[in-house]
Amino acid sequence: MSNEKPDLRAVDTTHGSITEQAQAAADDARVGWEHFQQLMEEDKRVEPRDWMPEQYRKTLVRQVSQHAHSEIIGMQPEGNWISRAPSLKRKSVLMAKVQDEAGHGLYLYSAAETLGTSRDEMYQQLYTGKAKYSSIFNYPARTWADVGAIGWLVDGAAITNQVPLCRASYGPYGRAMVRVCKEESFHQRQGWEILYTLSHGTPAQKQMAQDAVDRTYGPALQMFGPPDADSPNSQQSMAWNIKRFSNDELRQRFVDMIVPQAEALGLTLPDPELKWNEERGHYDYSDLDWDEFFSVVKGNGPLNHQRLAHYRAARDNGAWVREAAAAYAAKQADSSRDSALLSA
Amino acid sequence: MNSAADFTSQDSATRISVGEAITPESLGASSDPAPEETARYALLLGDDCLILAQRLGHWISRAPELEEDIALGNIALDLLGHARFLLTYAGSAWGKSEDDLAYFRSEEEFRSCRLVEQDNGDFAQTIARQLLFSFYTYELYQRLVDSADTTLAAVADKALKEVDYHQDHAAQWLFRLGGGTEESARRMQAGLEAVWPYLEELFADVEPTAALAQQGIAVLPSSLREPVLHRLRTTIEEAGLRVPEAKGALGADRSGRFSEHRGFILAEMQVLARQHPGATW
Repeated sequence: MSNEKPDLRAVDTTHGSITEQAQAAADDARVGWEHFQQLMEEDKRVEPRDWMPEQYRKTLVRQVSQHAHSEIIGMQPEGNWISRAPSLKRKSVLMAKVQDEAGHGLYLYSAAETLGTSRDEMYQQLYTGKAKYSSIFNYPARTWADVGAIGWLVDGAAITNQVPLCRASYGPYGRAMVRVCKEESFHQRQGWEILYTLSHGTPAQKQMAQDAVDRTYGPALQMFGPPDADSPNSQQSMAWNIKRFSNDELRQRFVDMIVPQAEALGLTLPDPELKWNEERGHYDYSDLDWDEFFSVVKGNGPLNHQRLAHYRAARDNGAWVREAAAAYAAKQADSSRDSALLSA
Repeated sequence: MNSAADFTSQDSATRISVGEAITPESLGASSDPAPEETARYALLLGDDCLILAQRLGHWISRAPELEEDIALGNIALDLLGHARFLLTYAGSAWGKSEDDLAYFRSEEEFRSCRLVEQDNGDFAQTIARQLLFSFYTYELYQRLVDSADTTLAAVADKALKEVDYHQDHAAQWLFRLGGGTEESARRMQAGLEAVWPYLEELFADVEPTAALAQQGIAVLPSSLREPVLHRLRTTIEEAGLRVPEAKGALGADRSGRFSEHRGFILAEMQVLARQHPGATW
């Protein structure tokens, strides 16, 4: 803060005194606030040009960009199997899937950009390790069956989370999610089908499938976030119609969905406590290892360093290409301006 | 697979149809098995596409920009599609599936050219390889659509539309990198120099291609040299770069006897399938 007096000559007084202008701004904010509240009450959509509370904007930028980053980092574990996919059909489906994820990243970065944060800024946050992404991607996709388990359980959990987000109050986010969910459901189906084929294949294939499910189950359930009691931001997100169901509600919904699916696969889920509770009308399941979860979130998962290093290498190795593309575009713009001047 | 089908009808977002395998019908082509020589030609064409798809697939998650992850992935997918048509057709001559041919042939049995086997290098080298290969396949398929073999003609017709995009993608990047910064021009030139010695192999009149060309089934490779070189030269010069002077590297016979890359590519591609021979995936 400077102690100097403000230079009043710089203030535009053509539209009244400073006091009047401040009053007008406050009136605008009040009208904006009332409009926003009304949209929330009527469960309608907020669009980029609408006034919105700063905290609402920040929450969305954080959530949407984290989601975008998860798509980008999520390309790595499955991308790891493109070169070794065991049939050409599987290779082609996997390539299309990983490419879809890049596409989801694009829609989501675009949705976040409408909130005033540039894609470069978001890239930077991921690059420096400041931004978070879904912790599940810090686990390795060690075998081909992991590609199936990721599709079935990870994409399955993502869909459970994301279907309600199609109704999120922020328009561009909700609309992006509609497209994302359509493609994710292909992915889940493909993952399930990979596991089905493996579990009905040779004993070695079935064992590979069971092993991948054993390793993926816990981290997939943790994708819904910490238990409701430890999730302080959830309440506000629900009041803003961004989040529609609590973490635990969504997790329960997912467990209820995958138990019969696992039976159909002929595979078991690695939880001896998993059983139908007649009274609740839901499956009971064991507590998850939240110490491990928070440890991975803090950067100590098996592959946190590798995932980030891979991302950074891609950005670093591509820097000269992006610079060249920008320089070329600038030259093209200059030459078209020159020719416009010549013909004028 | 009843339970798999039931899964789609459950109350979830997973309402999709079962994917369809590629069939000759979907191409509007003949479903007769390929004659032996034609099959060997289809195999040669298919191997080029398969190996290049394998190479390009590596870029996904490593490209300079998200849009390029998608673009290179798309091109790889197109090429893999072409490979699958061609290998399926080739395999029909010997009762082999596309996977038998892709995963259970050894190094000496592949017929890929060395151009597609070259390392990705940096982005410029990948673009250089794309430029040469897409210009070549564009000219090739433009002629192959008139093949006396209706299946090859149908594959070429489908592939031509996609390869048209591939050559545009490569040329646009050639212009950007050639006319971007000093570093990008230097790298683009180096990329062209690195792959140029392997261009000549594409024009070698190997068998059975040459004999099939006499029958109007194949395109005579040497007949493509002038049109491909002419377009490459014009485009490279337009990008402000120099046309490399390197002569074609010796051993341009697609035998694999003169390639150190092929073994590594196959080792990686085939490893899982070979660990579980006879398994279904």
